[in-house]
Amino acid sequence: MTAIPVVRHQRAAIDRQQAIAGIFVMLGLVDIFVFGFLADKGDAVFTFTLTGAAVSVPNLNLAPGPVSEGLGALSIVLGLLYAGLKLTSLSRRLTAATVMLAFVVAFLCWCDAGRTPLPFVSLMQTTMLASIPLVLGALSGCLCERSGVINIAIEGQLLLGAFAGAVIASSFGSIWLGLFSGSIAGGLLGALLAVFAIRYVVDQIILGVVLNVFASGLTGYLYDQALVPYQNRLNSPNTFSSIKIPVLGDIPIIGPILFDSTIFLYITYVMVALVHIGLFKTRWGLRVRAVGEHPTAADTVGIRVLFTRYRNVILGGLVAGIGGASLTIGSVGSFGKDISSGQGYIALAAMIFGRWTPLGATGAALLFGFSVALANVLGTIGAPIPSDFLLMLPYVATIVAVAGFVGKSRAPKADGQPYVKS
Amino acid sequence: MSENLTGPGGNGPEHKAGPVEGPPGAEGSPGDTGPDAATAAQANVATSLLNAVLEGNSAVVTFLAIVTAIIIGGLLIAFSSPTVLHAWSHLFSAPGAAFSTAWAVAASAFSAMLEGAIFNPHTISAAFHGGSIAAIFNPLSETAVNATPLILSGLAVALAFRAGLFNIGATGQFIGGAMIAGWIGFAVHMPMILHVVVAVIGGFIGGSITGGFVGFMKARTGAHEVIVTIMLNYVMEFLILFLLGLAVFRAPGLPNPVSPPVDNNAMLPHLAGATLRINAGFLVALAAALAVGWLLNRTTVGFELRTVGANPNAARAAGMSPERTWITVMLICGGLAGLAGASVILGTDFALTPQIYGTYGIDAITVALLGRAKPGGVVLAALLYGSLNAGGVTMQAQTQIPVDITTVIQALIVLFVAAPPLVREIYHLRGRRNREGGQLLAKGWSS
Repeated sequence: MTAIPVVRHQRAAIDRQQAIAGIFVMLGLVDIFVFGFLADKGDAVFTFTLTGAAVSVPNLNLAPGPVSEGLGALSIVLGLLYAGLKLTSLSRRLTAATVMLAFVVAFLCWCDAGRTPLPFVSLMQTTMLASIPLVLGALSGCLCERSGVINIAIEGQLLLGAFAGAVIASSFGSIWLGLFSGSIAGGLLGALLAVFAIRYVVDQIILGVVLNVFASGLTGYLYDQALVPYQNRLNSPNTFSSIKIPVLGDIPIIGPILFDSTIFLYITYVMVALVHIGLFKTRWGLRVRAVGEHPTAADTVGIRVLFTRYRNVILGGLVAGIGGASLTIGSVGSFGKDISSGQGYIALAAMIFGRWTPLGATGAALLFGFSVALANVLGTIGAPIPSDFLLMLPYVATIVAVAGFVGKSRAPKADGQPYVKS
Repeated sequence: MSENLTGPGGNGPEHKAGPVEGPPGAEGSPGDTGPDAATAAQANVATSLLNAVLEGNSAVVTFLAIVTAIIIGGLLIAFSSPTVLHAWSHLFSAPGAAFSTAWAVAASAFSAMLEGAIFNPHTISAAFHGGSIAAIFNPLSETAVNATPLILSGLAVALAFRAGLFNIGATGQFIGGAMIAGWIGFAVHMPMILHVVVAVIGGFIGGSITGGFVGFMKARTGAHEVIVTIMLNYVMEFLILFLLGLAVFRAPGLPNPVSPPVDNNAMLPHLAGATLRINAGFLVALAAALAVGWLLNRTTVGFELRTVGANPNAARAAGMSPERTWITVMLICGGLAGLAGASVILGTDFALTPQIYGTYGIDAITVALLGRAKPGGVVLAALLYGSLNAGGVTMQAQTQIPVDITTVIQALIVLFVAAPPLVREIYHLRGRRNREGGQLLAKGWSS
């Protein structure tokens, strides 16, 4: 590239820093003038104890006015500092996290002021539950795209995983077999993606969309054709029950959120760790990333490019398939048409939001899960904001994120480029 | 293109057995490829045709893709229906029954589809016994009605493809258009003709705003249009849900979120009598296809658009502005998808519902791909898909086979169309040996 794009890029970077600072200040103003001044009378009450818990934690009562105004002032100060100072990347992220947290707390105070107490623990439990398919889907994306194959078919992998999980668990009476076959079903769609992307060099973005349509049509057809007439035999699986981890599960607040859930949450922990360590701390991961960044160079040093891609795309499918199974045998049990309802696309956004890293993607997925859970909880306490807007939030946040915050993020260099040996 | 449907219903498997006999139909040519071609000139034509077929040019590949997808769809129907599964369980006592039942189920499904999409013989005899003549044309009218929004939204995706953009956002743009067209339709009162024209234009503008936002974001911030359009689809889906909860949009006295019906003046006029649903929206769609063709091939904007699509860096070096082109293209594409929304709410549905966008947005992608991102191709592909959709409804009503099978067939068609080497392998066509898949656009996230 010539010098011109570089100059453009620097100017854009400066613009971006100021734009982000501007967003911080604006959020602070919203904290003060909307969440502070316009709050209803009465305290916002947060409860931290589930009924029947051994240790009870006292409720937290906050007066929305002063709290929101204080948090708003903090955000404005941080925004001004952000614009003026040259910050390291870590402190920049910390600042952003603080401002976001302040905004969420002020928002919650405003929503809950003078209403029924907000159950923090069950809010976070719902968050974890909603995040499982998103995290696993995003990990699937990381595995594929780090090796250079774009995976938009996460949605289809979730859907097939959910379908196979419910049907196999129901007809064979074994939820473990259901979990296993859900994973396999996701892997099969991954294999289809791999064959068409690698062998037949089909454009990968188009391919992913078409595979999603295919999965939706296939499961919808089989649902009407077979699952509805044979509901009892084919679509009434048992579900996994919660396993409470000894000691850890008894910790107040954290215990019920993190260590008292179905096997799927624990699988997710293990997967996040495995994919992160695998991709960034092992020779295996170095090779995968080499294939995703510069396949020609990888090929030259003897790494089998196409094999690596096939393997990773199928692995990704297997992981997303588990996430799909969690939608049926991990929560509601029976399969319904289009049960994944776009969560595969959210997982894709989470992966991009998280800059193609497993940990970043997990964080983003948790954020999306949180906003879904929040919409549920706020609906039940009768918050003064339509739940449609809350449900919109993760999508708007993603648009803002791809436009601004992660503007510098970069996909693996050869992502989406077929490799043809010349 | 819809006539192709006749083949697989009756003689699908033969295509598989002898691909050479099948394809000439795709060419729509009167020439005979058989050995009895009389003169040398005819033989010449025949040879070149045969060569075209054997080398698998794009028309042949498209035709074979459609045939293959329909065969697979037929197999899926045949081997998932409860009656056939029952027959299979008696495979060893009555082996013939299993195959004949499978054949009968698939054949009845496709003939029902044909009756719903093209022509139903019963309507003719009914017409002789005092039935309505219009009923004969009802299947064709339904195909056109189903094709109308697909043509418009398919154009929205196709035009974006030509500029190197992947517009998954037809759903959101469709909602944007339907919202404004619908609102003008029921909340504003105007005289005849003027009202429907204003409402249609409103639909274009509504889609244009939604699409233009995507172009603007890409041009100004570099946000990838695939992500922005996907996210915007969900935002718009929740927006319409929210609006239908407001008094301004909600029909009074109804329990479910539905808007009031649009005024009679705002409805797109019927083209062939009140009993057939075909309406002026179909003409709007055809006109839009002509306009897009003219824009692409006869104007400076179209030239810039295609140049940017082929290579944005070269376009920039030649003094064009890819950024400006992206915004312009997305404004137009959004408008086209908005017109699709207007055609649905003013032509068939007449009231806004939370599910008004259906699956048009995703179908639009497959239509654009099948039509190879050319306006004429999009029209043909949309007619094929419209006939599949119209036929699918009849099929479900007559044979209880779920309509989702059409989605499977549509997805398979595009999968095969997008992978010519695979089709060549299946049918042992010669073809070029180099891998030329993904010819529409092969880029990553970084484009």
